[in-house]
Amino acid sequence: MRAALRVVCELGVTAGIVLLMLCAYLLWGTGSYTERHQRVLQQQFEQEIQEIHQKQGKRSLGAIKLGSAVALLRIPRLGADYKFAVVEGVDAEALREGPGHYPGTAMPGKIGNFVVSGHRTTYLAPFNGIGELRRGDDIVVDTREARYTYRVTQKEVVLPTRLDVIEPVPGHPGERPKQALITMTTCNPKYSASERLIVHGVLADREKRHT
Amino acid sequence: MYGFIWRRLPGGIVVRLAVSLLLIGVVAGLLWYVVFPWLATRVPIDQPW
Repeated sequence: MRAALRVVCELGVTAGIVLLMLCAYLLWGTGSYTERHQRVLQQQFEQEIQEIHQKQGKRSLGAIKLGSAVALLRIPRLGADYKFAVVEGVDAEALREGPGHYPGTAMPGKIGNFVVSGHRTTYLAPFNGIGELRRGDDIVVDTREARYTYRVTQKEVVLPTRLDVIEPVPGHPGERPKQALITMTTCNPKYSASERLIVHGVLADREKRHT
Repeated sequence: MYGFIWRRLPGGIVVRLAVSLLLIGVVAGLLWYVVFPWLATRVPIDQPW
């Protein structure tokens, strides 16, 4: 009896320690995975831009492959070194590598809604701080052809079922877009997936790369 | 359980301590690099899509 109880206790304590380790892994361990992929993605992207510069006009942009970087995202409010390569796709695999562009939504700078999703607390938590953004804050999106600067217009917290926030005109399904918008989505509250935090922005500035 | 393992370990206290630490390290490594990455894709926290 005693021995059996002891085994149960030891297993319980062990399970507790393993669970704590799992939490630690989710919060910090997952970041190293993202960090590795981000380093490669950002390097590739910057190299491609370099090559476009050198080719002088003979550039062929080509279709973006699923899983390769679409753009570089910078948000000055979240720090001068805040920089993430945005991947194409929003499945679990893509989002482990960085914030992901919803396939089918507008490309950066184009009329419509450029929708980007990112993790809030795990995998380097790229969108951890987007709740701190205020109206008028810059969201800088570098693509191969230009730098687009969006300004934050509004934030909202919605249920995961509110898919209309990613429509070309958010909240108005089926309407024809006239503006170039950006929408960032992440989990809310932190450490949960019960709601979504949504940040909308509108294109304010476009700066062509000199080629 | 741990007492049983401890008694089964060979050698004196130093060797036993060393082997214990090694075993803990192996188990922790397996969890961190194999089990947790697999599990992480199945835990429904922080799924922003």
